[in-house]
Amino acid sequence: MTRLAATPVAGILAGCFAAAVALAGPAAAQTLDTVKERGELRCGVTTGLSGFSNPDDSGNWTGIDVDVCRAVAAAVLGDADAVAFVPLTAKERFTALQSGEIDVLSRVTTWTLTRDTSLGLNFTGVTFYDGQGFLVNKDLGVTSALELGGASVCVAAGTTTELNLADYFRAKDMTFNPVVFDAISQTIEGFASGRCDVLTSDQSQLYSLRTKLDDPDSAIVLPEVISKEPLGPVVRQGDDEWFNVVKWVLFAQLNAEELGITSENLDEMRASDNPSIKRLIGTEGDMGEKLGLSSDWAAQAIAQVGNYAEMFERNVGQGSPLRIDRGLNALWSDGGIQYAPPIR
Amino acid sequence: MAHSDPPSSDTGFRPIPPQPPPVTVVGPVRWVRDNLLSSPLNIALTALGLYLLWLVVPPLIDWGILTADFVGSSRDDCTSGGACWVFIATRLDFFVYGFYPDAERWRVDVMFAMLAGFLVPQFLPGVSARVRKWLGIFGLTVYPVISGVLLLGGVFGLEAVETGKWGGLMLTLVLSYVGIVAALPIGILLALGRRSHMPIIRTICVLFIELWRGVPLISVLFMASVMLPLFLPEGVNFDKLLRALIGIVMFQSAYMAEVIRGGLQGLPKGQYEAASALGLGYWRATGLIILPQALKMVIPGIVNTFIALFKDTTLVLIIGLFDILGTVQASIVDPAWGRVAIEGYIFAAFCFWVFCFGMSRYSQGLEKKLHTGH
Repeated sequence: MTRLAATPVAGILAGCFAAAVALAGPAAAQTLDTVKERGELRCGVTTGLSGFSNPDDSGNWTGIDVDVCRAVAAAVLGDADAVAFVPLTAKERFTALQSGEIDVLSRVTTWTLTRDTSLGLNFTGVTFYDGQGFLVNKDLGVTSALELGGASVCVAAGTTTELNLADYFRAKDMTFNPVVFDAISQTIEGFASGRCDVLTSDQSQLYSLRTKLDDPDSAIVLPEVISKEPLGPVVRQGDDEWFNVVKWVLFAQLNAEELGITSENLDEMRASDNPSIKRLIGTEGDMGEKLGLSSDWAAQAIAQVGNYAEMFERNVGQGSPLRIDRGLNALWSDGGIQYAPPIR
Repeated sequence: MAHSDPPSSDTGFRPIPPQPPPVTVVGPVRWVRDNLLSSPLNIALTALGLYLLWLVVPPLIDWGILTADFVGSSRDDCTSGGACWVFIATRLDFFVYGFYPDAERWRVDVMFAMLAGFLVPQFLPGVSARVRKWLGIFGLTVYPVISGVLLLGGVFGLEAVETGKWGGLMLTLVLSYVGIVAALPIGILLALGRRSHMPIIRTICVLFIELWRGVPLISVLFMASVMLPLFLPEGVNFDKLLRALIGIVMFQSAYMAEVIRGGLQGLPKGQYEAASALGLGYWRATGLIILPQALKMVIPGIVNTFIALFKDTTLVLIIGLFDILGTVQASIVDPAWGRVAIEGYIFAAFCFWVFCFGMSRYSQGLEKKLHTGH
């Protein structure tokens, strides 16, 4: 994730050590067996980011990143609650995965080449296509980022968000006046008190910050996205069996949405004649076996967590205070780019 | 009485009864005149101060109490525009227990109750010194063991609760209590070692103290949480909380050692010589004569270190442990609530203030009690 890259030196140091360890010896395989034996999945999450992973009023973890782990636990162990969540800061996250403290890292981590290669990590897919955007006051009457020339922009310091912002305005030959804050949570205070016309951050963040306004509907997120931030779960390199499991659980949830299977109609779908549905639910074929799981692996994940659409809407979509549109995260068949390979 | 009757004529001297002094030279009026209105500059400053108070206090009371919302269960109950204390009330369990399982929270309550059980009598005037002493000894020795067993579980039929689930006020107390109880004895040993005549022991102590005092606590915690696992063989993990605790204890004992060394140096040489003259060996002289006096002298310094330690425990935030401030910060981002950051931070600050102020009062009481006038 870019927005927490506030201490690049520490990050690079940690990264170098992580890389050194990754090169020194191949990570122990058999994470799947370890998880089954332990009866519990250990999952790295944030220390609190609304919609993705944050504790609710009674201290239970909720969010789309949390549900990714719950789905994996349901598929592997048959129990979505058999997850121990380990809150990690941005600096710790890769070390925790490397050292085996956690089995999956599901912590708004942007998929980049460096992380995929030299850090010894594998991204299993994209749970959320994010990107940097702009939040503006509705009264301003602005409908496109191209009209923002000369605006004052609230931004968090020391992040790539700041660099992307400068790049974008320079490329479009516009001027802007940055109003820099130390932390992302402070930027919304600046925006609310009128110190800037525009607030920029990752779009998912903008929606969550918007809920902190006295009247959330008084501000809109502009359609322009000026950077790519594909967020997804991460596992250790060198354990292909586990990599496949985590990867295909997400694919199964996407395929379930495509086939119209939800946690509610799952039982009716068991009677379906559609071979794709039968293979997914496990009433036909040996898909689970190939992954080293039971035949009802996908059915368990869907029954206990839901398909991708349910997971999305419940945590960040219309069913949540964030009210983020599906946009890029819609299925390929609905104009988005979420596309899962077939289960066969 | 004889002298009350004037012997001769009634034109003689008759003293008037004593009058109370004029209101302008005693009491609150005198104090106000002397301290607030003694010169034009002071008058101006007083007026300015009052104006600032008037600017700040009424809106604060209005926001925090008069128009605040106290009852309810969600954001919708916070409609009056004042502080949303509903948020604190709803999340209180999370702030106190963190992720500790609901069914097992009585164990934390027992720990709190025992803590109050031996701390509160220390403040009450009616409790005898012997009771206080035994309660104190219980608090420093048996209590940490009982609490550890109780919180961790896994024995005596208690369900095991891994430390990853600990959080909130309870974690803050665990971190600071262990830090305080462990740092004091280690600090005493280090301070004695640094003044030892044995070169190897002295060198080790000096190195230890200077090393730990020379690095910031953040980097100690960061090393413990990020670097250490990389040096351990794969699959060998030891508990993140334990790592943080060891870091805090090492760090604070180095500081404690220097505070206590100050006390040892402040003691007149005659005390050491007198102890030797009585024929006491090193340990008896130290334990019976040197340390009691040295420690008494540095009580303010020791408590100062404790208070700093208590507040430093919030740094475990950076290694993903949720102390009380961590739980507050994780909660204020919840989109289900509006802008509740101020309420959250005020609550956290209040909790810290209660404990730090308590420690400060206790140390003042202790100083008074132990003051023997030399």
